[in-house]
Amino acid sequence: MRYAMALDITKCVGCADCVVACQTENNVPIGYSRDWIVEKVSGEYPELKLHFESQRCNHCDTHPCVRVCPTGASHVIEGGIVKVKHNDCIGCGACIEACPYEARYFHPDGYVDKCTFCDHRVADGLDPACVSVCPTHCMFFGDLDDPESPVSKVLRENPENFVLAPESGTKPQVYYFKERLHF
Amino acid sequence: MSKITRRKFIKISAAGTATLAMSGVILDSTPKIADWFDKTPAKESEVERTPTICDVCFWKCSAWVYKNKKGHIQKIIGNDLDPHSNGRLCPRGTGGVGMYNDNDRLKTPLIRVGEGDDATFKEATWDEALDLVVKKMNEVIEKYGPESIALFNHGSTAPHFEHLFNSFGSETTAEPAVAQCLGSRQAGYYATFGEGITTPEPVDFVNSKAIVLIGNHIGENMHNGLVQDFSHAVENGASIIVVDPRYSTAASKAKIWLPIKPSTDIALLLAWIHILIYEDLYDKNYVEKYTYGFEQLKSHVANFTPEWAAKITELDINLIKKAAYEMAKAAPAVAVHPGRHTAWYGDDTQRERASAILNALLGAWGRKGGFYLPEKINVPKYPLPHYPEPDWTWQDITKEKYRGAIAGVTNIIRDASLPDSDAKHKVKAWFVTATNILQSIPEREKTLKAIDNLEFLVVVDTMPADIVGYADIVLPECTYLERYDDLRASKHKIPTVALRMPAAEPKNETKPGWWIARELGIRLGLEKYYPWKDYEELLDWQLRQIGTSLEEMRKEGIKQFERKTPLYIPEGSEWYFPTATGKIELYSTWLANMGYDAMPKYKSHEDNPPGFYRLIYGRAPMHTFGRTINNPNLNDLMDENVLWVNPKVAKIHGLKNGQEVWLQNQDNITSDFPIKVRITERIRHDSVFMVHGFGQLNKKMYRAYGKGAADYKLLSKVELDDVTGGTGMRVNFVTILTEKPQKQEVES
Repeated sequence: MRYAMALDITKCVGCADCVVACQTENNVPIGYSRDWIVEKVSGEYPELKLHFESQRCNHCDTHPCVRVCPTGASHVIEGGIVKVKHNDCIGCGACIEACPYEARYFHPDGYVDKCTFCDHRVADGLDPACVSVCPTHCMFFGDLDDPESPVSKVLRENPENFVLAPESGTKPQVYYFKERLHF
Repeated sequence: MSKITRRKFIKISAAGTATLAMSGVILDSTPKIADWFDKTPAKESEVERTPTICDVCFWKCSAWVYKNKKGHIQKIIGNDLDPHSNGRLCPRGTGGVGMYNDNDRLKTPLIRVGEGDDATFKEATWDEALDLVVKKMNEVIEKYGPESIALFNHGSTAPHFEHLFNSFGSETTAEPAVAQCLGSRQAGYYATFGEGITTPEPVDFVNSKAIVLIGNHIGENMHNGLVQDFSHAVENGASIIVVDPRYSTAASKAKIWLPIKPSTDIALLLAWIHILIYEDLYDKNYVEKYTYGFEQLKSHVANFTPEWAAKITELDINLIKKAAYEMAKAAPAVAVHPGRHTAWYGDDTQRERASAILNALLGAWGRKGGFYLPEKINVPKYPLPHYPEPDWTWQDITKEKYRGAIAGVTNIIRDASLPDSDAKHKVKAWFVTATNILQSIPEREKTLKAIDNLEFLVVVDTMPADIVGYADIVLPECTYLERYDDLRASKHKIPTVALRMPAAEPKNETKPGWWIARELGIRLGLEKYYPWKDYEELLDWQLRQIGTSLEEMRKEGIKQFERKTPLYIPEGSEWYFPTATGKIELYSTWLANMGYDAMPKYKSHEDNPPGFYRLIYGRAPMHTFGRTINNPNLNDLMDENVLWVNPKVAKIHGLKNGQEVWLQNQDNITSDFPIKVRITERIRHDSVFMVHGFGQLNKKMYRAYGKGAADYKLLSKVELDDVTGGTGMRVNFVTILTEKPQKQEVES
């Protein structure tokens, strides 16, 4: 089993519903977030391009955050989901430094927190909160080992895709479709 | 007696027990939501859920409110059966929990005591506050008649107070959603098709092959179902055509983006009409069968060539033509969206007419991929006696001049409240419910002057918005998550009825709008208009008339009904349009009879003076104007607006990204607070852009106060739409100040 996420940037409008849905689902305190939006603009008026990326932990195959954790709080569970055991975390911040995606933050209660792919929902057969609310239907989640999962299907249909910071060699598992070429 | 000092805005409490209510608001405002959250999220299947209808915007999505195991409201999720949302809320709907949690909410009734600088609010009981409101109402009714009390309203609370007003004999009512937003759209489409545009707009985007947006920034306005349908259209490869001086989010999805010179949209629309007619690209069968006035239209647009429009609009002529060809190719599966906020330049009804005519020529109205024919379930009204007949209504002070006004015009009612008003009838007192009219109606100085002249001002709201500071009596309403309201029976593809019920007890001393209105009604001796004891009784009666019940709706939240009429005009069939001619009027007999242009004309508007830029305002996806800025969840997503400037403009003024600047408009009005510069290619060189709703002036909203700039303070000039009296607001220009301006005394 290998959980992954795919995002169709041609549909995303950067509304941040994924961000607030994660906050209310996972009790992320106000002022913090496990996912966020990046706006990317290029060109000169009026020859412009723009897209948004909803970003979060990439649940990498090669996970520097787990390697550097001195207590084993950062760990990997079934399906490749990277998690933090809050009680074991001493808040040293090594994982925050190690993550090329800046996906981790200090929770005010004294531990490091991050995206869990909503494993509590996934266990119930639900999509992560961010995926389930997206009004543009631009996010897809599922098991890459299951060819019928939504994420496998859309990645097959859109083989042109990219990941963030591939140079870091972390083998991230959040994929973004390239711009649509139908124009 | 100096009324000017009497009406002074109550800013910050001086001292003494009478002031504790408000200063207390500030003290306990630190968000500590995590305190009462469970550490582990609850499973949806294991917790209590209550149906609601989202109230963060007008789209009114049906949703479920989930409580955590401690019984606190934790999250709000869309109802799968709702065609408004398809089970997915927008960020504002998801963040609706913040409306409930916001510690800055109004907590108790407040009564203004003292004069001038010593004025302050005293906490009051409901009995005290309601008795005082009724005493003041009776005084004004006695002296000036019930019609002289006006209601400015908005949203779900509006029907409760409209009922109250109609019961005591006033139809002097208006909401900013008309004159400041969609009034001219309604008039323009009424003139053409005999009916206005329903909400949600019946555009059939999921089946569209082409979509045209004129300054309509879908995706930044998160009109939920519309954004979802737009997204499907993008996925389907529909040709998206966007007309906007700003490279909007929607423009980034477009096949053709037309970076138009602001204020020239009518020229572009007329050129498109010209191309369709003179290049024989219109839907001939449809036009012949269903429309009136084609020959008049044809000669009217003879000279409105693409060459003519290219010069005016500063657009590439090939782009203008290409867009017209894309529309024609897709027709009738094409929708020129009528927009929503259409109060731009004062010729707005005519611009909307032009878009309506374009839709007609493309054969899009009532066709698959164009506009579907919406249907609703008719929910009977609870049986009540007839309302008394007022001696005069909003129409009597409006229609002489603005003959096409379709509903109360806020700015006209405001102007009839001014000391030097020459209106036939004068307005003497206001109720303002659920709208911060100092922000939602332009020409703020005029509004303040009118407020000074009132016998009394009652404000009903959930938040201490700017207007609250000017009230004599403040009645705190609970949020939508704590109350019943009217059923939602919207016109849509699928007829539905949806229920909002309380998910929690009202916090503090807040009360539902229906209760406040009813209590006032009873105290005014209007018992016969309130035969029901509470809203449950009223709603259950209504629901039983349509074959369901409150009990069933509590479990389902929403109920779908079978359609009884066709979704599209059956191919080739006869069809009646509710205009005077029974046809789609390309030549409007309604407008002609009232003395207006029967067909739209382009008129040029003032350009930006040297060193000034046109102030364009709009939405951000996570906010609904000022009403969400203090919501802890949504404020967390965006807590201030920024000023979009083109790099060329930045160079002229020597601006850097993130630099704080102030704005000054053509009337020398300056922004109260600095706004940060965002240098971006996404905006034309002759315009600047900011999101509306920021720069909040009431310190009691501690998250929102002073963050960013208030566009509405800079909208001191308006061009009134000659048909509807709507306030065109895109006619203001600002210059950029890098130093803090000398403070002007603007508030008396």
